[in-house]
Amino acid sequence: MGKLELKGVNKVYRVGTFGGDTLHAVKDVSFTAEPGQIISLIGESGSGKSTIGKMILRLTRVSSGQILFDGKDVSTLKGADLRPYQRRVQGVFQDPFSSYNPIFKADRVFGMVKDTFYGDVSRSEWDGRVWQALKDVALDPDGVLGKYPHQLSGGQLQRMLVARALLLDIDFLVADEIISMLDASTRVDVLNLLGDLKAGGLGVLFVTHDLSLGNYISDRAIILRKGRIVESGKTADVFDHPSHPYTQMLLESVPALHGGRDPGLWADRKGRCLFHERYPQADATAPATAQDLSLAEIEPGHLVTCAHVDEPERCPDSRRAA
Amino acid sequence: MTLRVDDLKVYYTTLAGDVRALDGVTFEIADGEIMGLAGESGCGKTTLGNSLIRLDGRMRHVGGSVELDGQVLPIGDSEAMDRHRFHDISVVPQYAMSALNPTRKIGRMSRELIESRGIRYASVKDVYEMRLGLVGLRESVLDLYPMELSGGMKQRVVMVLSTLLDPSLLIADEITSALDVSTQKAVAESLVGLRDHAFVKSMLVITHDLSILHEVADTILIMYAGHLAEKAPADVIIDRPRHPYTKLLISSLPEVGVRFEDKRLAGIPGRPPSLLDPPAGCRFRARCPLADEQCLEQPPFVDVGEGHQLACWKVS
Amino acid sequence: MHAPAVPEVSLPRRRIGRVREFLYFARRDRKIFVSLLIISSLAVVALVGPFLRDYGPNEYVGPGMQAPSSEYWFGTTTFGQDVFVQFVHGLGATFFVGIVGGGLAAVIGMTVGFVAGYRGGLIDEVLNMLTNVVLVIPTLMVLIVVVAYVNARGLLVEAIFIGFTAWPWAARAIRAQTMSLRSRDFVDLARLTGVGTRRIISGEIAPNMSSYLMLTFILLFGNAVLIAATLDFIGLGPTEGISLGLMMNNAVLWSALQLGMWWWFIPPGLGIVLIVGSLYVMNVGLDQIFNPRLRKL
Repeated sequence: MGKLELKGVNKVYRVGTFGGDTLHAVKDVSFTAEPGQIISLIGESGSGKSTIGKMILRLTRVSSGQILFDGKDVSTLKGADLRPYQRRVQGVFQDPFSSYNPIFKADRVFGMVKDTFYGDVSRSEWDGRVWQALKDVALDPDGVLGKYPHQLSGGQLQRMLVARALLLDIDFLVADEIISMLDASTRVDVLNLLGDLKAGGLGVLFVTHDLSLGNYISDRAIILRKGRIVESGKTADVFDHPSHPYTQMLLESVPALHGGRDPGLWADRKGRCLFHERYPQADATAPATAQDLSLAEIEPGHLVTCAHVDEPERCPDSRRAA
Repeated sequence: MTLRVDDLKVYYTTLAGDVRALDGVTFEIADGEIMGLAGESGCGKTTLGNSLIRLDGRMRHVGGSVELDGQVLPIGDSEAMDRHRFHDISVVPQYAMSALNPTRKIGRMSRELIESRGIRYASVKDVYEMRLGLVGLRESVLDLYPMELSGGMKQRVVMVLSTLLDPSLLIADEITSALDVSTQKAVAESLVGLRDHAFVKSMLVITHDLSILHEVADTILIMYAGHLAEKAPADVIIDRPRHPYTKLLISSLPEVGVRFEDKRLAGIPGRPPSLLDPPAGCRFRARCPLADEQCLEQPPFVDVGEGHQLACWKVS
Repeated sequence: MHAPAVPEVSLPRRRIGRVREFLYFARRDRKIFVSLLIISSLAVVALVGPFLRDYGPNEYVGPGMQAPSSEYWFGTTTFGQDVFVQFVHGLGATFFVGIVGGGLAAVIGMTVGFVAGYRGGLIDEVLNMLTNVVLVIPTLMVLIVVVAYVNARGLLVEAIFIGFTAWPWAARAIRAQTMSLRSRDFVDLARLTGVGTRRIISGEIAPNMSSYLMLTFILLFGNAVLIAATLDFIGLGPTEGISLGLMMNNAVLWSALQLGMWWWFIPPGLGIVLIVGSLYVMNVGLDQIFNPRLRKL
């Protein structure tokens, strides 16, 4: 229960005057989130990571491809058909203060959940559940109920949003940059909360631009660049042996407090295109579908794409010129 | 001594009363020093940066003084400060990147800015182009519109413009926050370059991101709730902090290599106090593991040796 | 942008309630106070005035062309009608048209604006086209055609006509605000909670725009009054009853200016100016209160 699969998901926006141009924000993204795992989706701005999160939450339409939850395709569902899905998959966003309607009290978000999903639950039973959910996220219910958003801190607001998701008894949470607007001293506590919830069986997609956070909390890491997955695998594999030039560049650029990563750890992989070492272009008779050519498994569970993906002029593989 | 700040107090006027954002801050920046100013939201670091150059409508200079190169700065008087702005003290504000007029090419915007300060553009044009080159920007950038430049490029243009007249002090407010990690490095390096080339004498780099300060700053100043907590050379703050707040803060930062299963990091429970009605004594008292009745009295910001100062009864 | 927008000062945890804050600025702002006083006084006159005399506005009750006296406070018209009675009835008619016409325009404008702004896409395109068409229609031409076919027109018809033609700018403005609110995270959160479109508009978006909606209504009210006065003045207004614009029409028709009968056209003119002017000034004052950036502490 709670397995999420993305298959060949694309998102294309029409831009420009009169909608003439297109922006291919998400290119052919496929991955599987097993139940009870934390996966970080790591990318810089423009990588499409938030768009993927929004498509999973069905806040944005999927241009093409499938999103399967427990085997059922949710990418085309609309309106009330989404309710069963929304009970299992929820999201928390980046800006805690923007996520609450400022003119209402913060706990209204719990009431909204009750109105849509638990109309027949008695008030006292519901209040009990809210109480428990708040305690599960390490909040003092008396301190946060009945208050307006501006009276609470960013950390409290984000935890309340997690509590709201827990009220729905979800299997999977999309956490889109949920701590980047919090103070440094509260960030790690909210992050630890995700880790504790994972221990209780919750799967999390942790969308972030911050490699250190991804490294701290996730089991698997997916590195995104300009809408495409360039590398994915167990977090330890990706961070200790980054196999794509982009990942290597990211790890080298991160300013570190104490020493930082030793580039010597992956010196043996620099300058190589491990994708084409796995699929040499010499084999021109092999079928060339986008799916096949996307990612190569260089170690069990560790996938990487061509070092010059999206730069066909630098890639000697004739099949990629398509 | 480039900058000398003595017991500076700046409050915000609001309907509910005075917010005591900066409540008695004293420190110095030496010639050629890059000082990092770090702290969390509400600590007063941006207020400090702003008050050195421009008090906006809500801010009031309530007490204390600021001296730049031995001369007292009239920070409370916006018109009098105008002589100093851009010439002696300059700022790259937080929103600089998005403040570039989208309908003006960079070159034209630069010319208008410089001439508005009473300087003929022709007299500085060569120096300007040379410095743009030094931070890695080609001359052709002057012919582009802001939206054609990346965030990092825009930030570097603003940095060069702000330091064109070789000010004594540059205040850089969160200049890397909105950038991707790959450009942060380039911008940080350009910043240090400005000092190394002596275009700017000293700098005050304000940010919440300690790891950037580790790369660029000589000294780091940690603020909490309107007061100074600790000041020391950069590597001392990062590796051997002594103030309880600094210690807890540093240990709550995840770094690549630290994993949740191996070592569970801890944050600091609670929140900073309201500056509308701040508590008496040490403002970190409510969240500090070492606090007791002694902390009901405000600890002074004192020297504890080798350029290391802090405000705490328990560790000084 | 994925960076924390670090606020420059820790906002006071305790905040003055919105109503108290509103009243604080309202009392200090003379514009609102004075304009509210003017409008309510005129409203009281419109409500109470007709009961001060027991004859109607268009009845011939006395000698014509009389200057104001203790018996006829605003004098009489050429035909001996009491100008004061006409004035108070006319005020009532004007308020009626303002509220009904302005209200109707507000309802249409809000519906179109909210739906177009929230849904976007094809619906937005269609509604935009509708808005533009109504905006561009020469309403005067339409009205002349209507007048040619409908002989007897009442106040209600005029108010409805104004309501159906004055809404486009309101729809545009509301659409723009809705579009900006729609991208806020709390709307996404409501969608994620399975809340339907109608409830999102009424429950999340409209309440956040309440001040804006109030200002829009005030402007529509004033606008309706002005349009009605104009229509009445050129003779396209109601065929029965009296209104301020109609009074001015009659005054001009019967050469009141040349004959020096200032008491016939100054009260209605002043009435219109005071109502519309006060509404606009009140609008400016309220805007300053609601928009924190325009406030002077």
